[in-house]
Amino acid sequence: MGKTKETAKESTAERRDFIKLAAGGAAAMVAGARVLSAQNPAPAQMAMANAPAPPAADVSDEYDGMITERPGSDFMVDVLKSLDFEFIASNPGSSFRSLQESLINYGKNTSPEWLTCMHEESSVAMAHAYYKIEGKPMAVAAHGTVGLQHAAMAIYNAYCDRVPVYLVLGNTFDATQRRPGAEWVHSVQDAAAMVRDYVKWDDMPISLGHFAESAVRAYKIAMTPPMEPVIIVADSDLQEVPVDPASRLRIPKLTIPRPPAGDSGAVEEIARMLVDAENPLILTGLLGRTQNSIELVTELAEALQCNTRGQAMPSRHPLNGGNARNADVILALELTNLWGAVNSMIDQLERTERSNLRPGARIITIASTDLYTKSNYQDFQRFQEVELAIAADAEATLPALIEAVKRLITADRRTFFADRGRKLAAAHQAADERARQEAARQWDLSPISPVRINYELWEIIKDKDWSLVNGGRGANNWDFTKFYQRIGGSGGAGVGYGAPASVGAALANKKHGRLSVSIQNDGDLMYAPGVLWTAAHHRIPLLSVMNNNRAYHQEVMHLQRMSCRHNRDLTTAEIGNVITDPNMDYAKLAQSMGWYAEGPITDPKEVGPALRRSIAVVEKGEPALLDTVMQPR
Amino acid sequence: MTCNTYIYGTVRVMALLTLAIWLCGSRSALAQQSGGAPAGKADNGKQLFNDIGCWQCHGYEGQGGAGPKIGPDPISYPSFKAYIRHPRGQMPPYTEKVVTDQQLADIHAFLQTIPASPDADSIPLLKDDD
Repeated sequence: MGKTKETAKESTAERRDFIKLAAGGAAAMVAGARVLSAQNPAPAQMAMANAPAPPAADVSDEYDGMITERPGSDFMVDVLKSLDFEFIASNPGSSFRSLQESLINYGKNTSPEWLTCMHEESSVAMAHAYYKIEGKPMAVAAHGTVGLQHAAMAIYNAYCDRVPVYLVLGNTFDATQRRPGAEWVHSVQDAAAMVRDYVKWDDMPISLGHFAESAVRAYKIAMTPPMEPVIIVADSDLQEVPVDPASRLRIPKLTIPRPPAGDSGAVEEIARMLVDAENPLILTGLLGRTQNSIELVTELAEALQCNTRGQAMPSRHPLNGGNARNADVILALELTNLWGAVNSMIDQLERTERSNLRPGARIITIASTDLYTKSNYQDFQRFQEVELAIAADAEATLPALIEAVKRLITADRRTFFADRGRKLAAAHQAADERARQEAARQWDLSPISPVRINYELWEIIKDKDWSLVNGGRGANNWDFTKFYQRIGGSGGAGVGYGAPASVGAALANKKHGRLSVSIQNDGDLMYAPGVLWTAAHHRIPLLSVMNNNRAYHQEVMHLQRMSCRHNRDLTTAEIGNVITDPNMDYAKLAQSMGWYAEGPITDPKEVGPALRRSIAVVEKGEPALLDTVMQPR
Repeated sequence: MTCNTYIYGTVRVMALLTLAIWLCGSRSALAQQSGGAPAGKADNGKQLFNDIGCWQCHGYEGQGGAGPKIGPDPISYPSFKAYIRHPRGQMPPYTEKVVTDQQLADIHAFLQTIPASPDADSIPLLKDDD
């Protein structure tokens, strides 16, 4: 380790002197600190510098070597406050005990406020979805070993979903300072190594000054597109040893880089291709996480009167929809699986694939993921040939593209676009009508149809400020117009995301007074159901409607496929894949952790009244769960 | 031959083969129909629909889900059988060893018993107010 730590531990006598100095010199030790964030000014960020020096009597000789009132973790709290974290989610652990105590007592448990979690996977998934609502990271504290191991899948989900999560890992690097037993098995040479393939950056600071610089750097890196999780290791000795009053600690200013916009020449070229196209199609992937991006995409679609699909397009907009087969120009914005969007692969023994593009179709991409790719984990999907690729942030590029498109539209093209728009609107209306008749077909099914749940829910929430925080596949009748109404999935398809994500997103929605709704898969909930307790404990209002189909149905279908392929018994596909015998009672599970809960409900006629009762509870500020037994998919 | 040429060539050949197999299957099924399809038993078909797991993709009432809607008013038995034996999409092929012709006829009979959908306008929450 570095010189700073050595200095702080030279001998017991030196350590005692050091503590005395620390007690008397608290105000001076960060005198040079400059803790200013242009983007995120934090009111408590100078707390340590402004704190009155404690009376000398607080640390008498009687307690030499036993007490410090200025542990390094207090300064770490200053650093975290400077980054304006609202929450820090954690399952407690001894490797960050000093930091936890500092956050609670020195930091007054505000900005960040400690969230008590039952599993590190829950902590990270909560932070993941919180970002998608709030637009800023949540901090997560965990052991650098066993905690990170628990957290790993959730980190991978966030990585694939291009979401920043800010992890602070406890670890004891200095072997001579480890207590025998658990502290040894909870220590590691290189904590972040295990997840380095799917975090954007990590560091293991060896001094408090180093911690401050790296903590700010980590935040900056996490928030630069493509956004990803980052890790800072908080060494336990660095946390617990008194701050060296001679050190000139400061917290660097945070400046988040502006995302890169596409080159103006290329933007002009794209505009020309779109305006000249007979039937362009816009596909939006991870775009739609800000209201601005939704408005920009809508403006571009309306300027061109062309089909547009994805999270950034309002769901009931007449131009929402479209098919790659019909398009002569496809503009893909922040799409993570372009190949899959324009090709098909048949899952037979011998895989066959086909292009869904019409001959001569041209593809354009604007994606920040082109700026940053790693090799080991295959989240980058299959390579797709394109005509023009702009490595840039799509949202930052759209204003110039819209301007160029509008400039190039002639009177003739405007007439052509208007006609195209009318046809697409008619097709959209016809699709809505088909969906309505299909809903009628499924209306009285028991087990209950997801469509019935969607319509019953929509009838109750449509005039409220609502946010679908998890699930809801096929809620096409819902009018998604706001970024927080539809926040997407896990990214990495790692099961167990839904329940904690819904709690994290609902926490972010709480202060905005929004009604958070989750369609909760049963298998997903059972990965770490303790997050229900976290929601109740922190009074997080959330409606969770169980999509209780009593199986991992996708896996059942995979087993059926394998049995067919192997020409064997089909009736065994449920073995290992169903969640019956006994059936879980999710209402009782939720009730045991402080939730209002009803169910299981199998009669579709009971759904509406039960939803109204549950939503009344949620609107009083509590979580509520409705266990509905559902169709398989 | 480049990799791409090989792949696309293979895809074309397989597509033609699939089409040929499907057409043969259709003809064979049609012949069987003209010779008389097995008489299906709906009750048995409903049980098979559950046991074999058709509902996993198509829903308990054939309404669709991960797979397409197959009831009510299913396609004709010959087409139904031809597709199951030689599917063209993501559905795996079901050979006679795993589902016999008689079992297929029973399942088809069950799908025929599924009642027609109500009109959406007869359901207050689905009523088209526009």
